[in-house]
Amino acid sequence: MQLQPMAAERLSQAAPPADAAIAIDDVTLRFVTPDGHMMTAIRDFTMTVARGEFACVVGPTGCGKSTTLNLVTGLLRPTTGNVRVMGNPVNDISRDIGFVFQADALFPWRSVIDNVAAGPLYRGTPKAQAYERARDWIGRVGLGRFEKHYPHQLSGGMRKRVALAQTFINQPKILLMDEPFSALDMQTRTAMQDELLGLWSEQKSSVVFVTHDLEEAVALADKVYVLTAGPGTVKSVYRIDLPRPRVMADIRYDPKFVEIAKVIWNDLREEVQLGQSRTLQTGH
Amino acid sequence: MTAISPTTTSQAAVRDASIAVAEGRAKARLRRRHALVIGLRLAILVVFLGLWELGADYNIIDPFFFASPSGIWDQIRVWVTEGTSQGPLWVQIYVTLEETFLGFVIGAVGGIAAGIILGRNRLLADVFSIYIKIANSVPRVVLGSVFIIALGLGMASKVALAVVMVFFVVFANAFQGVREADRAMIANAQILGASPFQITRTVIIPSAMSWILASLHVSFGFALVGAVVGEFLGAKQGMGLLISTAQGAFNANGVFAAMIILAVMALVVEFIITRFENYVVKWRPAPYNEQGT
Repeated sequence: MQLQPMAAERLSQAAPPADAAIAIDDVTLRFVTPDGHMMTAIRDFTMTVARGEFACVVGPTGCGKSTTLNLVTGLLRPTTGNVRVMGNPVNDISRDIGFVFQADALFPWRSVIDNVAAGPLYRGTPKAQAYERARDWIGRVGLGRFEKHYPHQLSGGMRKRVALAQTFINQPKILLMDEPFSALDMQTRTAMQDELLGLWSEQKSSVVFVTHDLEEAVALADKVYVLTAGPGTVKSVYRIDLPRPRVMADIRYDPKFVEIAKVIWNDLREEVQLGQSRTLQTGH
Repeated sequence: MTAISPTTTSQAAVRDASIAVAEGRAKARLRRRHALVIGLRLAILVVFLGLWELGADYNIIDPFFFASPSGIWDQIRVWVTEGTSQGPLWVQIYVTLEETFLGFVIGAVGGIAAGIILGRNRLLADVFSIYIKIANSVPRVVLGSVFIIALGLGMASKVALAVVMVFFVVFANAFQGVREADRAMIANAQILGASPFQITRTVIIPSAMSWILASLHVSFGFALVGAVVGEFLGAKQGMGLLISTAQGAFNANGVFAAMIILAVMALVVEFIITRFENYVVKWRPAPYNEQGT
């Protein structure tokens, strides 16, 4: 194994400790495609996220990044291996989980405040209390003047803010994010990353953040998982020892950041190339 | 690097004034265009009716078979002032509207309910889809005869025919709408804590609503066809009977007059449905061609 610079320490994978927020232990997931073929989405996958830790998952397109998130929600069940959330096996969708989607998953027929209040209302909070909390969260993401607007009247960045408020209002202990900012322009994305880190440091939730953008991963994470081209498994894990609080607009000019990103990119590059050539060969 | 200030205050004032002038001109242009469109529409109507009337006067179009605008107008006036051979005109309109409306409501509610149940349950959908396809390909107007035999000459047979006319259209749309509900949105609701019933109520039904409303527009016309055809096949009252009586008496003016009254009824209800739709889906962005009007 090559020697890693201090800031991006390569970690060895061990069996997850019992008190981890998320523990995916040696999981393989296969599923049957509609035409009857067996597909392996991920294999021998092990991942641990400690309480309050921010983990990012990077990898080539189609390597099963989103699959790992759905294992944690319980929407997908592992074929072999096991998944534990806050020490308990995953059976149903846990109340501790929040999920921010890549696509716009807001309800277009509900105003901003009705969207944000949805979680507490679904969970049986009395109406007045749910709306009071929703108003508070809308204020925290800076949309106080847009309570009554409908999603189509907002910009992409503002809709993401609503999505963050909608997720954070449930005060999830586990926060799963599936390329949440990939559709945003550069400036908006930077602002949203700062917003996210601010909310995260207040809430102390454990985060799994899936992205195809390595720089985003390095800038946000405590720990970066690099996956192999599909069927995905963990290629290597890096600890990112950049000091917090981090400022997204400046961090990309930090020499230490550049150095870490370069090291991980060397690792990721061959997987990306492999994934691309495979896509061109098989045509899907 | 120095920042360059683009305009001075006086330049800005001149610019604002010229913008106001340009805006005024643009608004006047829009108004003129609107007037032109209305004017052309009226002109086409006048030319069409005028040619028809002249053609009938000079016997190019035989008014015995194809009626004439003045004849149709006279017929409507007689119906309004003196009543029809089967009683006052209003009663005929009322009877037909009542049948249409009942058939429309029962068919639409049934169609929406069936569409949602089958849309949410894949097994039921796979099992029933073949039968629905078969039922949909049967020419349903023919069922009118069956209903007349089974339910008699009264209101029930017309309502039944209107129901089957409406049901399948609304069902197909509701089903499609439920199937096209966004997966990410459903997953989002699920993770936010929604139960399956809450998902149906707060995600599935609202997202199918545009589909359902689109089908309501079409299916009201179908309900009207169902009621009128039912009356045509055998009835004691209603607009359909009026048409069939006029037909029996070789009264082309009467057929056209009844047709125009039916068209007006359909337009009025269409207007009400559109108002209802705008109220229900006020969250939707305005379609591109309606923006700015």
